[in-house]
Amino acid sequence: MAGLATTFGSGAMTNSIEEIGRADVILVIGSNTTEAHPQVARRIFSALDRGSRLIVIDPRRTALARRADIHLQHRPGTDIPLLNCLMRLILDDNLHDDVFIEHRTENFNELRDMLYRLDPTEKAAVANVPPAQLKKAAELYGRANKAVICYCLGITQHICGTDNVQTIANLAMLTGNVEKEDTGVDPLRGQNNVQGACDMGALPGVFPGYQAVSNEAVRAEFSGAWGRDLPAEPGLTILDMTHGGGKTVKGMFIMGENPLLSDPTLEKVRNTLENLEFLAVSDIFPTETAELAHVVFPAASFAEKTGTFTNSERRVQMVRRAIEPIGECRTDSDIICALARRLGYEMNYESSAEIMEEIALLTPVYGGMYHDRLESSWGLQWPCFNRSHPGTVFLHKYNFARGRGCFVPAAHQMPGEQPDEEYPFLLMTGRVYHHYHTGAMTRAGNILNRESPEALLEINPVDAESLTLASGEMLNLATRRGTIKIRALISEQVAPGMLYTSFHFTEAPINLLTNAASDPKAKCPEYKICAAQLEKIN
Amino acid sequence: MAEILTTCVYCGCGCGLYLRVENGRVTGSSPSRNHPVSQGNLCVKGWHIHEFIHSPRRLTRPLIRRKDKLVEVDWDEALDFTAESLARLKEKSGPDSIGLLSSAKCSNEENFLLQKFSRAVLGTNNIDHCARL
Repeated sequence: MAGLATTFGSGAMTNSIEEIGRADVILVIGSNTTEAHPQVARRIFSALDRGSRLIVIDPRRTALARRADIHLQHRPGTDIPLLNCLMRLILDDNLHDDVFIEHRTENFNELRDMLYRLDPTEKAAVANVPPAQLKKAAELYGRANKAVICYCLGITQHICGTDNVQTIANLAMLTGNVEKEDTGVDPLRGQNNVQGACDMGALPGVFPGYQAVSNEAVRAEFSGAWGRDLPAEPGLTILDMTHGGGKTVKGMFIMGENPLLSDPTLEKVRNTLENLEFLAVSDIFPTETAELAHVVFPAASFAEKTGTFTNSERRVQMVRRAIEPIGECRTDSDIICALARRLGYEMNYESSAEIMEEIALLTPVYGGMYHDRLESSWGLQWPCFNRSHPGTVFLHKYNFARGRGCFVPAAHQMPGEQPDEEYPFLLMTGRVYHHYHTGAMTRAGNILNRESPEALLEINPVDAESLTLASGEMLNLATRRGTIKIRALISEQVAPGMLYTSFHFTEAPINLLTNAASDPKAKCPEYKICAAQLEKIN
Repeated sequence: MAEILTTCVYCGCGCGLYLRVENGRVTGSSPSRNHPVSQGNLCVKGWHIHEFIHSPRRLTRPLIRRKDKLVEVDWDEALDFTAESLARLKEKSGPDSIGLLSSAKCSNEENFLLQKFSRAVLGTNNIDHCARL
């Protein structure tokens, strides 16, 4: 999100999901949309039915890629040279939007100079994409009346994730495909309330509403509301904590997360959690992380509490209690308030609606979000500044949140790790349709487990043949960080030399293998690329 | 039987769905026809969302580690022990010796409270969640 915040002034999907279905050209990059965001994929398919055109940029031949007018199956980690090349071709064909660039943006000259210096043929070779295909894609996107770009973790989970995002934003601004209805740049958020958790300031550097903790006036306001002096230095990020070996932080409270399956280089996470002087976990299931805790709180699930989630299109909507908490479970709100009171801080709320009132008072973009309004509607999209504000369907109408959109040119960076003689394969990780994140919830269900009972490693038929491998055989999959056993699935979804699997399965904990090299600005680890080797188990 | 309109927890789409409740148990789910995102559709995860709620694997009582084993205790004991441990760490090593992970699966209200707890009660900005993961 750091990327969009720098260029546009706000880090969120600029469109509503509905708008995607009305675009003329849809460019999807780094998103396996049909499996990870089925409702977005549905909008893309209905746009295709109306005659819209689809460009997919993805190292895998996904279900969506098979439906695309153009599929650029590039080498993982070469998004920047590929997109820069597209922009150069757009400039050469004079398909850029001069008026938009002149009136709505700044720093264009720096981007233009960089683009004129690069050699499109060389960049196409780096990305391993046929130049003719690139030219077709540039023309399609460049000539579009209304174009939308959707991206997901295939873009952000790289060592250069922030630069990737800014390069996507450059492409949209170059052609004036943002600030207008049915055009925009849309990061599809992976988890149901990841947008809300960010909005609410569950981040080390910002209060709710992305207000910096280092800003004295902001701090004074929160300090006044909460009656305590507040720390000014930004805190530690998740990997600083979970890879700290118990030295960066000595005690942790983990609410509803399972870093011991989700974080990269799991050996480091285990070492850290085992070395903590104190670990408390609140969760609905006994997760891998909870097994190491000193205290475990049984939390209520979404069906047992009332509150709000914010979806990918910034829509804040109600979650309603359907049943009483099972067993002795309590909501996380109750647990936090009870702990606060024991630590001498009065935290008392009659209901989640009352918590939302405090959020509205302290968070300008949530200023009009009250439960009574959300109850009587399908939710409201932020920014929604006050009780009479209708919410915002698409961002940056007439003006970017930061004033002018800023072009930030970026150059290719080598991934943190590359295949070599010893580790000849390139391993990518992601999700499958039937499961969600670390699988704590989806794997508890019979049907979902029946459909997708175990982790599968996708491997191209060419590579399978050279290893004399049949589908369903077991393999040892190794990287510099560890080895796991996993079943092979021979599939043309991956190109020769590439492997793909998911991170949902504790029996094949892929994050034992992944590389913790991360983007310096967003601190997002490079889950999408690491070098691996394979060995058949006889 | 009752049907409760709520929001799906499986991805950033945020589909509107009804949970069917019979005798205090959630027994099924179905899409909302008029919801702006789902429009009468759910993916396979949404259709089966009720399955995990009553899973026998759910945690139902607070646990405390004693001699390398997690044993069931009552709420007061678990909360007292946690509050004392956090207070002791803060006293001994300072507020920044404590780190908190919030959750992209929890509600806005819960995320708001946990960062308030971190900043106002404990006095540290060491709070994050797995947006990056």
